[in-house]
Amino acid sequence: MSLITSKSFIDRLIQENFNFFTGVPCSLLSGLISHLEEVEEAKYIPSVREDAAVGLCAGAYMAGSMPVLLMQNSGLGYCLNAFTSLNLIYRIPVLVIMSWRGQGGKDAPEHIIMGDINQKLLETAGMDYSVLKPENLDQVLEKAMRKINEEKLPYTLIVEKGLFDERH
Amino acid sequence: MKGTEAFQELLPLLGDEPVVHANGFICRESFSIKDREENFYMIGSMGLASSIGLGVALCQPDRKVIVLDGDGNVLMSMGTLAMIAAEAPKNLVHVVIDNEVYESTGKQRSISNAVPLEQVAKSAGYRQAVRVDKREEIKPAFEKLMNSEGPVFLLIKVEPCFDPKTGRVTHTPEEITERFMKSLR
Repeated sequence: MSLITSKSFIDRLIQENFNFFTGVPCSLLSGLISHLEEVEEAKYIPSVREDAAVGLCAGAYMAGSMPVLLMQNSGLGYCLNAFTSLNLIYRIPVLVIMSWRGQGGKDAPEHIIMGDINQKLLETAGMDYSVLKPENLDQVLEKAMRKINEEKLPYTLIVEKGLFDERH
Repeated sequence: MKGTEAFQELLPLLGDEPVVHANGFICRESFSIKDREENFYMIGSMGLASSIGLGVALCQPDRKVIVLDGDGNVLMSMGTLAMIAAEAPKNLVHVVIDNEVYESTGKQRSISNAVPLEQVAKSAGYRQAVRVDKREEIKPAFEKLMNSEGPVFLLIKVEPCFDPKTGRVTHTPEEITERFMKSLR
């Protein structure tokens, strides 16, 4: 099993031509965001809400950039209208990196319900996703790139606790 | 001044700038007066015209980018004013048609009668924020802001006048994306 680190993952996204990063933080993504703030090839723009980040990414994409949105699954609720009434009908893709708080019912109370339903919500909205694992990185990125480049639709990579280093 | 008059005054001042339109009255009125390839009509995702415009402005820094927004949209996404101020794109011009109502859904009141949006934008950190109340003030104010370093904010106070018979945008969302992206290449 190959190791995946915040650095190797971001390097890989940059290799895939992603060049515009924004989001709302989660502790599970803190290593990724810290790394993004350090690398020169990437710019990370803090968003105040996840749906604003969806809008920002949509504008960036139409202006020729390749956007990535990082957020906690709690942000999925805020984003559903943006995904369904903007990205999905206009065919505006975005790569979403979404942390999975509340997985398996073991987390703070505010995360339990969303942790239980986040995948069902994506499925109901007709949005493809994969749970990212160290051993499936190549495979899920290939799927994501096909969805983004060919179908012009969003793709979500779900990040479980412990996949990336946490810096806080 | 009626809302339609503001559009009649403003739209002829545009060149080939990309203009991101807020949903509802803003899209429909602008589309019915003058459709342009450079117009992005956001028919859903209320509140996001400003963040879409910010994304375009940040990724095409050499081009003036205009957001044509409404008071309801600005109030919904006030946090985006802060994002625009923090990123401070020099090429972003944020124009808000403020009729103090949600016009296309039946003129239910918004709260912009009580909240001066130009002051909110100025406090957030826009380089300039100007309010106009009369039709003849639009041209000089817009031209001055277009020649200023952004982000700048123009609030145009209008009376509601939307005719619900005004057509909807007839392009499909996919067509809107395609031609807007083409105009940005």
